[in-house]
Order: sequence, then structure tokens, then C-alpha cells
Amino acid sequence: MPDLTGMRFAETHEWVKQDGETATVGISEYAQSQLGDVIYLELPAVGQQLDAGARLGVIESVKAASDLYSPVGGEVTEANAELKDHPEYVNQDPYGKGWIIKLRAVKDNPKLLDQKAYDAFVEGQSHS
Amino acid sequence: MVVTAARTPLYEEHVRLGAQMTNFGGWVMPLQYSTIREEHHAVREAVGLFDLSHMGELRIGDEALVQRVLSRDVTRLRPGRIQYAVLCNDAGGIIDDVLVYAMPDRGYLLVVNAGNQDGDFDWIRKHAQAADAARNVGREWALIGVQGPRAVDLVQRLTPSDLASVKYYAFVDGTVADVSCVISRTGYTGEDGFELFCGNADAVRLWRALLEEGRSDGIRPAGLGARDTLRLEAGMRLYGNDMDAQTNPLEAGLDWTLNLEKDFIGRDAIMTSRQRGLARQLVGFKMLDRSIPRHGYRIVSDGEGVGTVTSGNVSFTLGYNIGMAYVPPAMSEPGTRLGVDIRGAAAPAEVVPLPFYKRPHPK
Repeated sequence: MPDLTGMRFAETHEWVKQDGETATVGISEYAQSQLGDVIYLELPAVGQQLDAGARLGVIESVKAASDLYSPVGGEVTEANAELKDHPEYVNQDPYGKGWIIKLRAVKDNPKLLDQKAYDAFVEGQSHS
Repeated sequence: MVVTAARTPLYEEHVRLGAQMTNFGGWVMPLQYSTIREEHHAVREAVGLFDLSHMGELRIGDEALVQRVLSRDVTRLRPGRIQYAVLCNDAGGIIDDVLVYAMPDRGYLLVVNAGNQDGDFDWIRKHAQAADAARNVGREWALIGVQGPRAVDLVQRLTPSDLASVKYYAFVDGTVADVSCVISRTGYTGEDGFELFCGNADAVRLWRALLEEGRSDGIRPAGLGARDTLRLEAGMRLYGNDMDAQTNPLEAGLDWTLNLEKDFIGRDAIMTSRQRGLARQLVGFKMLDRSIPRHGYRIVSDGEGVGTVTSGNVSFTLGYNIGMAYVPPAMSEPGTRLGVDIRGAAAPAEVVPLPFYKRPHPK
């Protein structure tokens, strides 16, 4: 089981984990299971400023193309270059090597959910 | 109104195997059991098992009626043989694409798309002399696809029939795992293999026997997700995506399914369209970057929309992204550069011949 301590989630199914100055962003286990086989990601350029909730890129699975949103605001310092050749990492390890971008100068978003609240939110969605 | 999706006799098997289910053509069908990528590779490299029971089956005894509604000259079809054909409306638009089986009793079996079966049946009955000329047996029959390089060997171990004598696009009556079946050497994946028709009551027994016996072959159940990526690589059109009632068979590149020297519904319109020249043609293309073309995306040239993508996805076998699109005939030659409008930018693509993928050693 990956370490989800301190991880927070957006209702659009991205996660963010802050470690000192840097925030790492990815998508949740639930999101990857809903998307199915990820085959391509369109990611922002380093240096790009994102607001919380802004579109950060596109994730494509065999089934469909979906927008990705940044759970917090900040400046992009890195996009996961490994995903270019291995988009399947998002499926295999969404909280680890399937991370998507890193941000600095983070502006927090009070609307994010902790893991327990996110799990309850997902539970509610899958029964609606 | 709540329309409940129909379940095939294998529904419980799919749930037990942990399939993610989806609605398709009025049926609740397995989308994937593991991942689409794994199921796709299993079919290309070993063998995959498909529930195709949603497909429709129409029995027609009246040969003149079959001749009238289908694009092919079925009088040339020997019993035990199968042809791919289209069903057209008066304007030459495609109502459905079908497989027609010449049955030993001289009647015909049409295997039609799930979502079209009721419409096809009504259309055919409308042109029949007798009210009972056609019978819809789709809901009485299950259909199981066994596809991949290991498929023939696997099915042979479960049947006394000599499968070497069942050529591509031929069929025999027989038993597989002691279940009475029509054993049809057809498929929608680009691989060798069979499609097995059996009664609903026997479907679970046949499905389980194939999964059990196929274990040593590396068999995997495969869902509609893999079925779509496999058929696209094989250049096979999907009704509703790549063609519909507004498309004629010439535009769809299905000239080879037309016997224009015989009379059939839509023939005159198709001949007129051929004389006038086509406004658009279906082509295959490959992406020259990593972006993914999708159904409905525009084909652009110098900023102008000149066509439409009808199917597109990753090709797991080839390692690049592929699609089919309608383009003006002047842009249909292999090697022609196209732009695909993906989120406002023209992604580079190149017309390539269909099919994208051909299996290495056809038997």
C-alpha cells in the first residue's frame, strides 16, 4: 500500500502532496481505474503559472481524452518526463512513479479533501 | 423512460471474472477484464475469448429476398460459405454491414450489428412477400469468439470436426466441448480463429470449457475495448463510427462488397454516385506525433476543415497512433500529409494503406 499520509484530493480526482517547497500532483487510484489504459499525456511547460482548479493538461486513455486540473496554485517546476514513454505508470503506480507534475510557490486550496473525505466522495459518486 | 440494457447468457461469467461492464447497442457487455492493452496483446500473441452474444442473427429462407436487400450476389455463395456484405437504403446509404451465411438447407443466416438488429429485421420484412420470410433468432443464440494464433489449435482439441478443412469464411455444424455449435472461421480482430454460435442454455458450459482448455495457450477473456483496438488495426470498419446511413459503400471503401451487375436496393444510387465521382473517401492514416485522433475530430488543410476522423486510437501492436477519416479523393493517396485538429492545433498525420496490421503468416 503506498503512503498516502498528507495527501489531499480534488473532487476532479487529482491528488497533491506537499513536501517542503514542492507540491507533487497526480491522479487518484479511482481516477486511473475509471480511465483505464493511459496512453498519452499533454503536460504544461516548466515555468507555467497555474491557479488552483486551472486546466493543467490532458490525459488520454484508450477510451477517452480527459482534462486534468491543478489541485493547488503554483509554478510548474517539472513534468514527469518518464510518462512520455511510459504513460502506463499512471495506471500501475498513480501515487508513485505515475506522478504528473511538480509545483513551487504553492498557493493552497482549502477546498481539497483528505483521504477519508475523498474516499467517501468517491463512494457517493459510484452509487449515484 | 428507462430502457434496461439486455444481458447475454454470459453476464454472470463476466461479473465473476471481475469485468468492467458497459452499455453497447442496448446490451450490457464487458468492456475489459484486466486492461485493454493486455487483452489486445493476448489476442495478437496467444488467444482471446470474446462474448459476442449481443450480435443479431436473422434467418431468411427466401433467396430472392436476400438478393434484393444485400449488395452481394448470394446465389454464387456455396452452402457452408460466408461473405461480408452491406444492406443499403434506396439512396445507397449503408443500413448495416453483415456477414451472410449460406446454410446447408439453402436458407441464409445474416449476422448483424447488435444495435441494428431490430431495424434490419423491420427493413427486411418490409421488402418480404411473406410475413414469415425472415426470423430474428438473435435472442435465442449465444456467440463466442475465439481469436488469436493459438485459437485454431485450442478449438481443435475440443472438437471432433477437422478444422483444417474449415477455410477462412467457411463454417460447419459440429460440437465443441460437447456443445452443439455452428463453427465459423471468421472474426473481427485480424487474427485467425473462430466464432461459435450455440444455444443460450449452452453458452456458459462452452465459455468455461474454452477458458479451462485454453489456460495452457495463455487464453484471456477480452472485452469490447480490445475488440475495438484490434479491429481498427485490421482496418475493419465499425458501423456507426466509420459508416452510417449517410455513407455509401464506395465512400467507405467497400467497393469489393458490391455486385453491381445484379439488382439490389440502393444499386442505382450507388451507380449514379460512381458516375458523378465521390466527394469523400475513407482512408487510413498514422499520426506523425504522439497525439491521439478521435472520432469526430476535424481533418484540416491550411486551416480549413476538409474531412472528419471516424475512428482513432493507439495501435498497441504497431507502437504508434492510427485512425480512419473521410477526406476528399485528392487527399486519399498513401503518403499524403494531413492535419488532425486536436484541441485547436493541427497535429501531423500521413495517409497509409489499409489495413494497418496484417497477421504474419495467414493460413
